[in-house]
Amino acid sequence: MKYVDEYRDPHLARRMIADIRRRATRRWTIMEVCGGQTHGLLRHGIEEELADVVETIHGPGCPVCVTHADAIDFACELARTPGCALASFGDMLRVPASRGSLLDARAAGGAVRAAYSPLDAVRLAQRDPNLQVVFFAVGFETTAPATALAVRQAAALGLDNFSMLVAHVRVQPAMEAVLASPGNRVQAFLAAGHVCAVMGCESYASLAERYRAPIVVTGFEPLDLLAGMAACVRQLEAGEAHVENRYARSVRPAGNPAARRLLEETFEACDRPWRGMGVVAAGGLRLRDEYRRFDAEFRFRRPASAVALPAVDANDCLAGEVLAGRLKPTACPHFGSACTPETPRGAPMVSSEGACAAYFRYRRPAAAVAGEEVAR
Amino acid sequence: MNDGSWKIACPATSSLPGNVLTLAEGEGGRMTRRLLDETILPRLGRPGCCKLGDSAILPRVQGELAFTTDSFVVSPLFFPGGDIGTLAVYGTANDLAVAGARPKWIGVALIVEEGLQRDVLEAVLDSLARAAQRAGVSVMAGDTKVVPAGACDKLFVCTSGIGEVLPPAPPGPTALLPGDELFVSGPIGQHGTAVFAARESLDVKPVPQSDCGPLWPAVAALREAGVAVRAMRDATRGGVSAVAHEWADACQATLHLDEACLPVLPETRALCELLGLDPLHIACEGAMLVAVEPGQAERALAAWRDVCPRAAIVGRVISRGAAPVVIRRALGNDQPLDEPWGAPFPRIC
Repeated sequence: MKYVDEYRDPHLARRMIADIRRRATRRWTIMEVCGGQTHGLLRHGIEEELADVVETIHGPGCPVCVTHADAIDFACELARTPGCALASFGDMLRVPASRGSLLDARAAGGAVRAAYSPLDAVRLAQRDPNLQVVFFAVGFETTAPATALAVRQAAALGLDNFSMLVAHVRVQPAMEAVLASPGNRVQAFLAAGHVCAVMGCESYASLAERYRAPIVVTGFEPLDLLAGMAACVRQLEAGEAHVENRYARSVRPAGNPAARRLLEETFEACDRPWRGMGVVAAGGLRLRDEYRRFDAEFRFRRPASAVALPAVDANDCLAGEVLAGRLKPTACPHFGSACTPETPRGAPMVSSEGACAAYFRYRRPAAAVAGEEVAR
Repeated sequence: MNDGSWKIACPATSSLPGNVLTLAEGEGGRMTRRLLDETILPRLGRPGCCKLGDSAILPRVQGELAFTTDSFVVSPLFFPGGDIGTLAVYGTANDLAVAGARPKWIGVALIVEEGLQRDVLEAVLDSLARAAQRAGVSVMAGDTKVVPAGACDKLFVCTSGIGEVLPPAPPGPTALLPGDELFVSGPIGQHGTAVFAARESLDVKPVPQSDCGPLWPAVAALREAGVAVRAMRDATRGGVSAVAHEWADACQATLHLDEACLPVLPETRALCELLGLDPLHIACEGAMLVAVEPGQAERALAAWRDVCPRAAIVGRVISRGAAPVVIRRALGNDQPLDEPWGAPFPRIC
């Protein structure tokens, strides 16, 4: 399969792993930003193979994981409101908040629909003018352009029964928050390839320079991840700190100008609480004034809550520590016992991009996996 | 959506146009008899059969009987490669086949939502009849209920099936031993992806097709070739992974699969890559996992040259390690394979 198989070549992967080992004169600490990259590193055993020369710290790049419980609670409330239907990406449905998940709300009679695109939610509103359709707009800058398109479409159609619960988050402020946090150990980043496909990577230059941290735009296949790691190690060994694009087949330095324009015209940056991390300055997106009527928090008169929210979950989930890279999932006391994909205590265990879910799927148990050696 | 309102369900003849099914047709009496005579029996009844009793009397068989029951709630009703009618027949027949029983008789109970287009029901029944003929089964009993609008989603089909066990029946997964070989009868993950793509109107080319089809010919071919089968199972909900986990639990060994050996069609793979899903977790409706004694797999594949040309050896049973099911990934690393714990795609069967 084109663009997939050639980036999973096991022979090339072995050569790249050997090359990274040769270059490294000490152990470096690299954060991969995106949850999809975390899964790739674990699924293909790359983290384990390079463990003695690279410590990977898993970043908060799982938008489902960082969506604050408060937003999910409000989404559940909307789902249970007569005359309303809440449309959401499937991954969001199982995330537990303070009063259960969206799936729990549906089981209790709430109107919750899985949507694969925000445009599906617009179509739903068009088909049923008597239903107030709310789309739960979650995601980084990767998904925000589609949300922007949905709002514009709703406006053009003159729909008065469509709105969005906007929970979009911005990656770069979170990366800066990590670098600026006291006791930060991250020395370089594998930047999120898909976010950069939209936003480009030029804006990372000042971050790399100010914090003396190489930032390498990286994809998701094994060879992409290894190329990103190799570039980070090369720069770190040479004392360099600049932005490199190792995902050139998808990312241009300026990103996607049309998508960026759409974002700039529809959204503006705002402070946003990230689940488990506290408020990230300029870490979110909200609708601009001219689209405020499509904002579900405005339409359904929800009181503003952003700043006062607790940073940690009430149920002692340590997601915040995991998302900030301070705790490996396997070091969490609940991991694999009270907290499993079936009975998740927090979002990183239930989201397909969550670090805890990745460890549960690919690193359990830590001991030898097979009962005997199976010849390769 | 539950808005707390309630409606009276009145089974009297309605003023709806005759091209939809009404509650009255499910209440017994003249309307039901008319439905049977005009719509159902001409399609499912056997030639020369004019006796409609409460039970079908079946002829004796020599050996043991296998019995199964199943229900089908797939949405949408029609999808590339099949429909709820074909699923109902093959799903039931295949449960019998993998137990080593030749499928012979099925019963079909329909739960119809009031307002379903009559020609939709007719198309499903036509398809069911064709599938029954292809699978070599006779529809011996049936029932029809019509429920108020909203009480079910268009059409649900419940079945039961009886087959004749042709010895030797495979002993089952408790008999699996380290060294046993594992193979599949064809590409995996087709059915789930086909139904999902149809439901979400995803524009994938080529269009994913369900693999819905009878497994008895494949089972019969193994039997004729004298292949020593330990266990067979059609990989429906939860896919090959669900079967592997069940077997590992039963035999307390580890099943070791090789990702590079799994037969997966390009369109299945494309959709899985797009959605971040594993074909091993996705339902098949015409593919089975088979475990045989060491050294028998090649013989089985030779016997299947015409019946299952895309069959492939996918792994083996090894002594129990820390994980019940292990998969060798692209870079050659072994990892535990998840047991699917929830449907990636709801209502695909």
